[in-house]
Amino acid sequence: MKNTYIGTPMERREDLRLLRGRGEYVDDLHLDGLLYAVILRSQVAHGRIRAFDTAEARKRPGVHAVITAKDMPGGPPIIPMRLQPLPQFKPYEQPVLAHDKVRYVGEPLAVVLAESVAAGEDALEAIALDIEALPAVADCAVAAANASLLFEATGSNRSLVFEARKGDADAAFRTAPYRRRERLRTGRHYGLTLEPRGVLAQWDAARGRLTVSGAAKVPFFNRRILAQQIGLPVEAIAMIENDVGGGYGARGEFYPEDFLIPFAARHVNRPVKWIEDRRENLMAMNHAREAEADIEIACDRDGAILALRGDIHVDMGAYMRTNGAVGARNVCQFLAGPYRVPHVKVDSHLWMTNKTPVGTYRGPGRFEANFFLERLIELAAADLGIDRIAMRRRNLVSAAEQPYPIATVQPTDAKDQYDSGDYRAALERCLKEFGWDEKQKLSGRLIDGKYHGLGISCFIEGGAAGPKETARLAVNDDGTISVYLGTTSVGQGVETIFAQIAADALEIPIERIRHVHHGSTHYVSDGYGAYHSRSTVMGGSALLEAATNFQAALREAAAPKLGCDAAAVRLDVDKVAGPDGRSLPLADFAGVSAEGAFLNHRHTYSYGAHAAHIAVDPKLGNIEIIDYVVVQDVGRAVNPLTLRGQVIGSLVQGLGGACLEHLQYDEQGQFLTGSLADYLLPTATDFPNLRCIVTEDHPSPINPLGAKGAGEGGIIAAGGAIANAVADALRDFGAQPRALPLTPSAIWHLVQAGARKAAE
Amino acid sequence: MPVKFEVNGKPVEVTVEPRLTLADCLRHHLGLTGTHVGCEHGVCGACTVLVDGAAVRACLMLAVQAEGSKVVTVEGLSKDEGLTPLQASFRKHHALQCGFCTPGMITTAHALLSEEPDCDANRVREVLSGNICRCTGYVSIVEAVLDARAAYKNGGGR
Repeated sequence: MKNTYIGTPMERREDLRLLRGRGEYVDDLHLDGLLYAVILRSQVAHGRIRAFDTAEARKRPGVHAVITAKDMPGGPPIIPMRLQPLPQFKPYEQPVLAHDKVRYVGEPLAVVLAESVAAGEDALEAIALDIEALPAVADCAVAAANASLLFEATGSNRSLVFEARKGDADAAFRTAPYRRRERLRTGRHYGLTLEPRGVLAQWDAARGRLTVSGAAKVPFFNRRILAQQIGLPVEAIAMIENDVGGGYGARGEFYPEDFLIPFAARHVNRPVKWIEDRRENLMAMNHAREAEADIEIACDRDGAILALRGDIHVDMGAYMRTNGAVGARNVCQFLAGPYRVPHVKVDSHLWMTNKTPVGTYRGPGRFEANFFLERLIELAAADLGIDRIAMRRRNLVSAAEQPYPIATVQPTDAKDQYDSGDYRAALERCLKEFGWDEKQKLSGRLIDGKYHGLGISCFIEGGAAGPKETARLAVNDDGTISVYLGTTSVGQGVETIFAQIAADALEIPIERIRHVHHGSTHYVSDGYGAYHSRSTVMGGSALLEAATNFQAALREAAAPKLGCDAAAVRLDVDKVAGPDGRSLPLADFAGVSAEGAFLNHRHTYSYGAHAAHIAVDPKLGNIEIIDYVVVQDVGRAVNPLTLRGQVIGSLVQGLGGACLEHLQYDEQGQFLTGSLADYLLPTATDFPNLRCIVTEDHPSPINPLGAKGAGEGGIIAAGGAIANAVADALRDFGAQPRALPLTPSAIWHLVQAGARKAAE
Repeated sequence: MPVKFEVNGKPVEVTVEPRLTLADCLRHHLGLTGTHVGCEHGVCGACTVLVDGAAVRACLMLAVQAEGSKVVTVEGLSKDEGLTPLQASFRKHHALQCGFCTPGMITTAHALLSEEPDCDANRVREVLSGNICRCTGYVSIVEAVLDARAAYKNGGGR
């Protein structure tokens, strides 16, 4: 039989438990003797710890212990960089507990262990803490003055400059007939997961083993970090992935609590659970996105982009940790997006500030880069008197130019090239589905008190980060087959997608795949995880390899029993058959198992375009979505149903970043958005009328599935499309959005500024 | 403090601190972990349960306030095997990804469709605007709820 599960929209396996309240998230776990951890966090943005007394708190009812840096022999361990582990970052890395200075509101200072969360929270107020406030570094400009230093020994608040280079941009600018320079800014967002983070750790003193539940995203990486920090061999630690309530890049990175809770469990020899509350989550989970670009575009008179150059200032927050440098790297590496830009010279400056440290959030650096470039193109097209669509057509990379090389980034020597695709074709498809030509007459029109505008934005999305992923197949006692994965689930439908791939690879009905196990560290020899839109591509390719090895193992095991050559044995649903028609039940081979790995050092690039039709209320500043179309070419879609979910879901996150979301601080570094009433997320009424079209025109040449990572295309181009649509709608006011988010008040200010100018 | 109420058709009696929320009581005292806690300040709607038929945020209600009430959680909406029409519609339309907001969405939508089986898309969006989903972008959730209306028109939806 020849299966075609891959490519078929399939309902998800995981839904059966999740819909009935039978999921198991980390806070759903209970153990006898459990202690609850509550974390004391700094309320001061920048300061020196003068005195710290926990004696009173220890006496409070229900309190079992209070852990501070003094309880850690050799001092609190440092959280290392997972990606871009450069020596330059070392002085800026974070200790798991603050002990000499505090550098952001929310930084952990102590852990209270109590018989209940309430008792622990009550005890927090009994901890006496004397912090001498130092001048806060609340933004990149203050950081650049270097008057107040977060890390005095370094002499600078700038941890690094990434340099993206291609061709000779300065030479191109000297002779370019047209250039325009702009300052553009994106807000501070984060990958808020609806399930707050949590860790439950158990220490088995007799066996010297640690079990850590609540693992997500990259459990194998995190196990290595924890093993090193806590002084155990990796084999002594099991990381357990439960149901995970969203990831978006933020959840599952190694945070201070990922050491503190296991340490606490071992310290007191009791199981310890910590569940983040939402206020903590807003100030403790990685922030992202906040960047200001001072960039310049050079073009020919016909609209051909000649060069990009400039500086991008990224607000890194207080520490460099795990994947925190990725966004700052990407924003310069991918500034050119899907466009042909022969010369690039862009520096990305990483400024340390007294804010929550940054990490990746879906489309890291790419959302920012897309907004910066798409605004520049829009402005350049207007200056040059060229239609904005024509300008994009003129510059999009064509299929004939693939693989297209992009700027190299130093000091990491990051070289890359796009893998395949016809970017202009995706734009044309988007315009057609959207009805751009017919809708153009609405540009700038005032209808029923609202100004209508159209916006366009084109993108590429990187995926399939290497170096490796692992998968295993095994025969169960009942003759079914189970899949075991090194990659992880953050809610994206891994159990369904990998059952589809396994069933197709083995040419068996999908019902024969009993279960897809993922995420925990005991299923396969090594795993990488769910980031950079890599699970399906990397894990799926590994699973194809595992299927080949599994069938070989099965043939080897069956050949002697069937009295034939191994090559002649075949798997037939629930039997293993020889060439003479003899067969044995698959259940006879229970335990036969084989692993496969996929190694890859190249990236996939899915691509596409966004088109937005909005109506702007000039009095209230509201943006209403009238129609919105995303076209994304993904090479090959394993499950079109879940893929649509990725595109629309990430789009709405992007619209949140374009219109609503911003983590705010005051000049003292005090955090102002500590609840969901302050940090505004999209709700069901905000963004209706969204459409997506997924195409499979250009499979990736670099993996056997032909698939391209596709979890981020919806978010990447949303800021550019909305900002361009706002400029189009408010053309009578000469409005040119230069900063996101475009909140009602930001829109109102654009309108007022335009009205004032008209009156002058 | 002792408190007696009914959960999913069964009487329960628990002794709780007066400050304990209904959400924590359901989750940690009664083991009904299908009700999720996402914000503890009444914004996200993940903890929505039905109290005497009305959709209520269990993080904003104290357990002691439930005295004498009939509480239904997502577990109480489900059949032992299989899915309710609303749950099946969520699955069909891929109206959930990580599943964390899902119990609150299901209880809220169930309360809506029980009262207004003829509601339109705008009404669905309006009612669900009190429940945050970070994964789906809501489009598929609205489709799923609209598609489930027929089952409620024909009596019940259970």
